[in-house]
Amino acid sequence: MPLRIGIDLVSVASIEESIRNHAASYLRRVFTDVELTDCTAADGQPDASRLAARFAVKEAALKVLRQGDEAIPWREIGVRSDRHGRPSVELAGAAEASARRQGYDTLDVSLTHEGPFAAAVVVAHSEEVSR
Amino acid sequence: MSDELHGEIRRVVAEHARLSVDVDTLADDSDLFAAGMTSHASVNLMLALEDAFDLEFPDRMLTRGVFDSVNAIAAAIGELNGLAPSSNGHQP
Repeated sequence: MPLRIGIDLVSVASIEESIRNHAASYLRRVFTDVELTDCTAADGQPDASRLAARFAVKEAALKVLRQGDEAIPWREIGVRSDRHGRPSVELAGAAEASARRQGYDTLDVSLTHEGPFAAAVVVAHSEEVSR
Repeated sequence: MSDELHGEIRRVVAEHARLSVDVDTLADDSDLFAAGMTSHASVNLMLALEDAFDLEFPDRMLTRGVFDSVNAIAAAIGELNGLAPSSNGHQP
């Protein structure tokens, strides 16, 4: 199974605008509960930079997973960070089924945010073949 | 599809899709992604369409094809309102 790579770049301002215009409906439709918890600032407000990085992960993962015009909701691709802050991708529903169908059991991710932009790279592979 | 429906869709597209060109220069079947709409802008477009038409796009409709042109959006809205099924390829 060959590696497959996806990349995406997101403007933090676009996330801020979406929060301003659509508030809870935007956050609820796009991000997982874990992501919303991880990206809530100390003042209780959503952290747009961190959310932008997570949206970049979703789009990078879609570039890896989507075949044709498959329907994969954004909430079915989520980022979870371990206690050291290392992120991993969690798939559910159609996203998980798509990965499994294509023979991928692991999506590795690297993400960053600096100033007005956030970016992510996702690499899909099979643990079995990689060993 | 009614001119009124297309007109309202064009208004929402102009406000939320962040196209790099004026939507009035595009045909109803022009590709909005090719006209500069980013993936994230398509999220805003979806939410704005839901507000404008008082509906919710179900998960099965969260494809690029549903939002890639004025005609495709009109077909999807028609389908959600119980009119003829859309012809842009997504399955009910």
